[in-house]
Amino acid sequence: MKYEPVIGLEIHVELSTRSKMFCGCRVEFGGEPNTRTCPVCLAHPGALPVMNRQAIRYLTRIALALDCEIPGKSIFHRKNYFYPDLPKGYQISQYDQPFAIEGELHVGVEGEIFRVGIERVHQEEDTAKNIHAGESGRIAGSLYSLIDFNRSGTPLVEIVTKPEIHSPQAARAFLNKLKNTLLYLDVSDCNMEEGSLRCDANVSLKPVGAEELGVKTELKNMNSFKHLEKGLTQEIARQMALLEEGGKVVQQTVHFDVASGEISPLRSKEFAHDYRYFPEPDLVPLVASAEFVDEVRAEMPELPEARSRRYMETLGLPEYDAEVLTSSRNLADYYEESLGHYQDAKALSNWVMGELLGYLNATGQELSDLKVKPGQLAALLKMVDSGGINAKTGKEVFAEMCDTGKDPSAIVEAGGLAQISDQSELEALIDKAIADNPGQVEQYRGGKQQVVGFFVGQVMKATQGRANPQAVNELLRKKLSG
Amino acid sequence: MNLLRLTATEALALMEKGELSSAELTGACLSQIERHDAEVSAFLKLTAAEAHQQAAAADAAAGERPPLAGLPTAIKDVLCTRGVTTTCASRMLENYDPIYTATCVEQMTAAGIVSLGKTNMDEFAMGSSTENSAYGPTRNPWDLERVPGGSSGGSAAAVAAGEAVWALGSDTGGSIRQPAALCGVVGLKPTYGSVSRYGLVAFASSFDQVGPLTKSVKDAALMLKYLVGKDPLDSTSVEYPETVMIPEDKDLQGVRIGVISELQTEGIDPAVKDVFDRAVTTLEAAGAVVTEASLPHSQYALPAYYILAPAEASANLARFDGVRYGFRAGGGDDVTAMYEETRSRGFGEEVKRRIMLGTYALSSGYYDAYYGQAQKVRTLVVQDFEEAFKQVDLLISPTSPTTAFKLGERTADPLTMYLSDICTIPVNLAGLPGISIPAGLADGLPVGLQIIGKAFAENDLLQAARGAEMAIGFDGVSPLIEGQDK
Repeated sequence: MKYEPVIGLEIHVELSTRSKMFCGCRVEFGGEPNTRTCPVCLAHPGALPVMNRQAIRYLTRIALALDCEIPGKSIFHRKNYFYPDLPKGYQISQYDQPFAIEGELHVGVEGEIFRVGIERVHQEEDTAKNIHAGESGRIAGSLYSLIDFNRSGTPLVEIVTKPEIHSPQAARAFLNKLKNTLLYLDVSDCNMEEGSLRCDANVSLKPVGAEELGVKTELKNMNSFKHLEKGLTQEIARQMALLEEGGKVVQQTVHFDVASGEISPLRSKEFAHDYRYFPEPDLVPLVASAEFVDEVRAEMPELPEARSRRYMETLGLPEYDAEVLTSSRNLADYYEESLGHYQDAKALSNWVMGELLGYLNATGQELSDLKVKPGQLAALLKMVDSGGINAKTGKEVFAEMCDTGKDPSAIVEAGGLAQISDQSELEALIDKAIADNPGQVEQYRGGKQQVVGFFVGQVMKATQGRANPQAVNELLRKKLSG
Repeated sequence: MNLLRLTATEALALMEKGELSSAELTGACLSQIERHDAEVSAFLKLTAAEAHQQAAAADAAAGERPPLAGLPTAIKDVLCTRGVTTTCASRMLENYDPIYTATCVEQMTAAGIVSLGKTNMDEFAMGSSTENSAYGPTRNPWDLERVPGGSSGGSAAAVAAGEAVWALGSDTGGSIRQPAALCGVVGLKPTYGSVSRYGLVAFASSFDQVGPLTKSVKDAALMLKYLVGKDPLDSTSVEYPETVMIPEDKDLQGVRIGVISELQTEGIDPAVKDVFDRAVTTLEAAGAVVTEASLPHSQYALPAYYILAPAEASANLARFDGVRYGFRAGGGDDVTAMYEETRSRGFGEEVKRRIMLGTYALSSGYYDAYYGQAQKVRTLVVQDFEEAFKQVDLLISPTSPTTAFKLGERTADPLTMYLSDICTIPVNLAGLPGISIPAGLADGLPVGLQIIGKAFAENDLLQAARGAEMAIGFDGVSPLIEGQDK
């Protein structure tokens, strides 16, 4: 029998609000442990939660970007369980009346666009962070654990997809698209290493064409795109092997070990929770009026699709360029800022996609690390266009700009890289090349036109590549023919 | 003059005229505590030195006096007071010094009160006799063999014994009104949402409300005036819709009062009923139009309450896990063992019983049958009150079905203990304001009259309570105060 995988994702996003979800403590990654705490996020007796308005605005942006339906009223529930990183003994979350439902996100995989339904988007709060003393950092084998409550109460949005993803690659593409969208919305820094974007995946197999879903397993904390794809691939292979042997998949949470690439089941006991949800009596219902939602809608930033469309329609970029440039908000912003100083949209696109992304890929840097400012890139391109330097030199100058952050003019001047277009200077060099290579001159005159390339090379060599190639070409042809 | 008989209103007037100092009044309370609190055990923690200082400062202050300047006040130990141990009468918080002060205490302090200390209570406010205190019971100043009621038994006893001019309490199912009734003082539970709960250690969040225990209705109004208000730190608090007025000395002419018929018969002690009936006659004589009123679903209020309040409590008390503050039992192998040991040893029997009840009621598969059903009953009780208030302005009943009972009499039978609050609980389910005022004595023990008003209509409630107080003319005080008459 042929099986196909069915994948659903559950994504947690830490919002980058100034303060925590239910108290005034600052939200920030890291810092001296337990310095950003108060009676509320430490769950001291008598402390009460108060909703963060900004978080609700961010939540609304996410819901709108995912084309969700926003029922006017949602409520908070208490999700009860004991764990040292959960100071109240319950998490304030949403349960059967979430903030937003029934959304969608369109994702491209290998040239095809597919739709992933969004089940729900709701607001909750993050836990504190347990730090296990010991080499592995995992609880097993640690001597003791410490708790840092700086993260306790950070606004957390949970996004749950419908089980409508059918390959690990598609899951990865979805997560990538979602992350990009969230970055566009400016609601989270989506830093997976720091845990501000976290992903759990449910996966099951069903016979191709079957309606009914198979038994699913859950992969928790797939905290990079690569791990998500690899983990799902492994788990699908494991389930496939099981089913083909006539075995059965057991509903459980499995652990994907990044180092070994192995899948192992987690003890099911840890997850046999009865959360005893009930409405949070310390908070009033969350009412999102139509006016409020409209207000947030009006302040929504331009999303990737719209931006890409604009690049094609008003800048005349090809679809490929538009997609690449808008694949991250940072890159698109960088591109547009450069475009403010330099008008040739396509030439700029070529440089950004070629040289700039090439440099980032080669060095493993992020755009935010790049030393070259948009204005400097624009200045460099102008120098090339005006013939101040030739294109080849331009690329070398760009590389140096990346390393040093210096202005292109400073680099050109210091390196004496300015293009040589002076007729008499070039003529002298050409005369010398002709004089030194009588054989090649003969060949040219004998009709072998391509020998002109050899002479251009000679001149370039003599000028360390600074000669204006067009001027050299023209002069050469004149002299060789004459 | 026996300073211990003074109401807050009277004391303020004397201090205003310079005929009494806060130092004298505070000193009188502290002396009374010294004389009697070893037997009464109203206080868990005395802050005598600070009280003397605050009194001296109030007397020395120049310029306009704060509105409650120099009034010696007792604070129920369920309210957080920064740097002053706050135990909720539990082992769990034996050495817990809060890092902040409850909003209502801040407001009272800003209004000038002198804080005498923290009063005893049933552990985490769960109980009706103050016998569920980990630090021993409080005794009723009218009869030391009897309980003062609960859970604000320490606050009620302190006022009844003359150990404080007035006190702060909290009421979840009757915890202000029932001890007020049993101790012969006035106790007001305000409308849910009118007083901030920030810093009130939560028992059942959708019921809990802070309020005054006083010697007079005017005092209750006076304290309420400085308690109400929207607190940005409590989402369920609201801007009080009107100015709280001090009631006038006025009879009950034309006030429509409904006697709750369902709270007249079942389980009401005949002696209590007798005092109550006489009070009703008195109110009529003072001009009130008294009719029968019905709350058809009130019989379900108590069982619904004992689902909902423990359910909320089971979550509210989850934070006492030994991790960050309070008691932690050592010796466990892992965190689960530590939780189990800490909570087994840190909580008393009644608290554990209610956590178990609440956990069960919320469990998967039982939620609809228990929590869901109880919420429906709550809605029905709210509707009952709405219906009743179409016919009358106020509703009345006895506050407690019995007078103060003997220590130990009900501790073996939780259900009988729960019935102590049968008259007060419906009011909490509906979030309405209710007051208990002394209605007279039965066999030498105080009986309370409960008056219930519409939401946020404390002014009407207090005005009628003042009319009733005048008409009834109860002037009894406990032997502990009487003993100090010169």
